Amino acid sequence: MKLKNNILALDTTDLKILEALQEDAKQTYTAIGKRLGIAHSTVYDRIKRMEQNGIIKKYTALIDAEKAGTKSITAIMTIYTDPKESERVAEKLCNAPEILEVYTSLSEELLIMAKVVAENQESLHTFIANSVAPLPGVLRIRTSILTKKFKETQFSIVNESKKLTFIKGTHNIKGEK
Amino acid sequence: MNVETISKILRTVPREKAFYFFTSIGNYTGVSASSLKEFMEKINEVNVKSLEFHLYRGDFEKWINEVLEDKNLAEEIGKLQKTGLTGDEIRNQLFTTLSKRYNYLISQ
Repeated sequence: MKLKNNILALDTTDLKILEALQEDAKQTYTAIGKRLGIAHSTVYDRIKRMEQNGIIKKYTALIDAEKAGTKSITAIMTIYTDPKESERVAEKLCNAPEILEVYTSLSEELLIMAKVVAENQESLHTFIANSVAPLPGVLRIRTSILTKKFKETQFSIVNESKKLTFIKGTHNIKGEK
Repeated sequence: MNVETISKILRTVPREKAFYFFTSIGNYTGVSASSLKEFMEKINEVNVKSLEFHLYRGDFEKWINEVLEDKNLAEEIGKLQKTGLTGDEIRNQLFTTLSKRYNYLISQ
């Protein structure tokens, strides 16, 4: 782990620690150390540095909303905006608790894509009509209500590890020297 | 009807109180209206699907009653819900009802 232009450059050990945490963030430093063949203090130091540098943003729990008995619907909004206002629209959306994710997209027109959750169709519509459509710069909105989830995963550091291997050319596909 | 009430009905409302035309749940057309006059104009140009969507949900009636605060007009619009009109018949009936009321208000 080295600092390059104030950016933390991760080595293979860091990536393996991240991979282990992505599998199970509740496992102990000792367990991770044992798995990687390094001291638990090394695991601790590296995790702390990655936390301090914002590489590890937070530890959270993946909840199965259905099993938790929460009745809600999820939808994807595609918001066509005036390019001059799109940043402001995206920022405003970020402040709404109903909005889970916000992205901008470059296609033929400048779009904002946002994932929104609501109790039911009526509350979804009320939210969009009262809080999204009136935002200055919103030109029109297309909303798709999601009906069935086929896959949901987090970004995997394993893939990033493979990419780094390719760029540096000093590691094999498993990220080992 | 006094001047104050008429002015209130005919005023331009802030954008957060405007009427936003949708064609279905969450699908905003980009057309909005901030006053009775503008609402009447937009009725003539918006996609007819939007008119069907809002009329039978009672959205027009609600906005006219709660935002423009014209109870009489809201009642007239509410009656149209029971007619079972579709397509451009809705547009024609809405426009006739709105323009009749608008012309009455500005003549006072």
